[in-house]
Amino acid sequence: MTDPVTLITCKDLAFGYDGAPAVHDVTLTVVGGDYLCVVGGNGSGKSTLIKGMLGLLKPLAGTLCFEPDLKPSDMGYLPQQNTIQRNFPASVWEVVLSGRLGRLGLSPVYHRADREAAREALAVLGVEGLAKSGFGELSGGQQQRVLLARTLCAATDGLKLLILDEPMNGLDASAKLELYAAITALNSQQGIAIIMVTHDVQAAVDYASHILVLEGRQAFFGGTHEFQHTRVGQELIRDSCGDACESCGMAYLATPGDNRAAGATHRTGER
Amino acid sequence: MEFIETLSQMFTYTFLVRALIVGLLVSLCASLLGVSLVLKRFSMIGDGLSHVGFGSLAVATAFNWAPLAVSIPVVVLAAFLLLRLSERGRIKGDAAIALISASALAIGVFVVSKTTGMNTDVDNYLFGSILALTQQDVVLSVVLSLGVLIIFVFCYHRIFAVTFDETYARATGIPAGFYNTVLALLTALTIVLGMRMMGALLISSLVIFPALSSMWLCKRFAAVTICAAIVSLVCYVIGLVVSFVYQTPTGASIVLVNLAAFTIFYAISRLRMLRGA
Repeated sequence: MTDPVTLITCKDLAFGYDGAPAVHDVTLTVVGGDYLCVVGGNGSGKSTLIKGMLGLLKPLAGTLCFEPDLKPSDMGYLPQQNTIQRNFPASVWEVVLSGRLGRLGLSPVYHRADREAAREALAVLGVEGLAKSGFGELSGGQQQRVLLARTLCAATDGLKLLILDEPMNGLDASAKLELYAAITALNSQQGIAIIMVTHDVQAAVDYASHILVLEGRQAFFGGTHEFQHTRVGQELIRDSCGDACESCGMAYLATPGDNRAAGATHRTGER
Repeated sequence: MEFIETLSQMFTYTFLVRALIVGLLVSLCASLLGVSLVLKRFSMIGDGLSHVGFGSLAVATAFNWAPLAVSIPVVVLAAFLLLRLSERGRIKGDAAIALISASALAIGVFVVSKTTGMNTDVDNYLFGSILALTQQDVVLSVVLSLGVLIIFVFCYHRIFAVTFDETYARATGIPAGFYNTVLALLTALTIVLGMRMMGALLISSLVIFPALSSMWLCKRFAAVTICAAIVSLVCYVIGLVVSFVYQTPTGASIVLVNLAAFTIFYAISRLRMLRGA
């Protein structure tokens, strides 16, 4: 692998609606292969920042720079699931193929390359057997993996950056684990940089290489290890442990310095 | 044999041939667009637009203007307005539609009562009449419906993507707003063309019923779309024949046939489920 390149650089960035910033003072860099989790409570500006990075909002202040070689088609996006989709009458195949729409140009139909890309994407996410199933009949976890496949096949020459907005919403514990595994595999095996919005701080610590904490402004940005040793990080981990303790076996009640021990069991090796 | 005789007898009437041509084309357009509209929770837009159509027809008649020449631009304008309101207005979508459709209906009734009076014209506008179609209407309907069909087929994949996941479509650079507008425009045209035959109060059923019926049985978007088109065409023909044989109002007959199809499809889906369980 060549040296990782800086994909995104934000400096004092602010996004908002009608001139009022919903999130401000964001300064960060995302390097190729990074796994960044964006955490924060409701209304902390997580989704607004994502919309901004996708170019759906204009910066109110600061700068947002993309690596010059990073084409829009190198970036993938998995939005929050909407209610329309849950029972939508579409086959998995139709959904995945729709990822190729941006490359359709003026053609009214998909071509062989599109179908091959869709097939490949389904295989990468291990859902090739579902191609003919109805999307509405799948479990929540399967639906998310199909949507990930759609995002994956949208990229021309391999995805470089994948942005996910609360992908774990509404999933049960085992579906979450599977989806985290799928995302981690995309990150580690294909070198795709991940930016994931989540409110699961513990999962962020377990899986991410970097963490961004938003509270209407940037409260923390840095490596996961560093995050665990700042006060912001320790407080957030302790808070999130409140509802996670039953499953994590009380390990996080130990002193803050030790909590990596439990986290490490979920994640093998640090980047 | 008797049935075929009835059919051949039916189509010696020019007005029935016209009704068949226009009706089939409008049914086809309405059912194709209906799948997206129903899934996007825009069903009521069809209903709202038909009321606006009634208002504009009433005003056009009162001033002796050409009915379609007035209705088409007015209803298209209303379609844009409804879409905009339901997307980012302060009044929520369904409330906005109720507001506009009731107002348009009121304007129509008001104007009619002050000019020609509440006569059979009004009855025809509300509940439809297959006698209303002129040769010119047929030509215009054929041209416009073919336009609707061509645009629909060409934009099929884009309409699917925008229906399934508008946020994703927007983020990947697909002008979702543009395709929503296309959808609203095509719906407006279809409503106006079908309104005088089906009636302002009944036309929206052509948009909604076939889509809902086929969604009971089909799980793929393409299958739902094709099934809706077939259901719509078959129901139209049966409805037209029924109305001819039993001397019943055409619009109402077609809606009732659609209701029957909906019920049958529902029953089949239940049976399937029971067997599967």
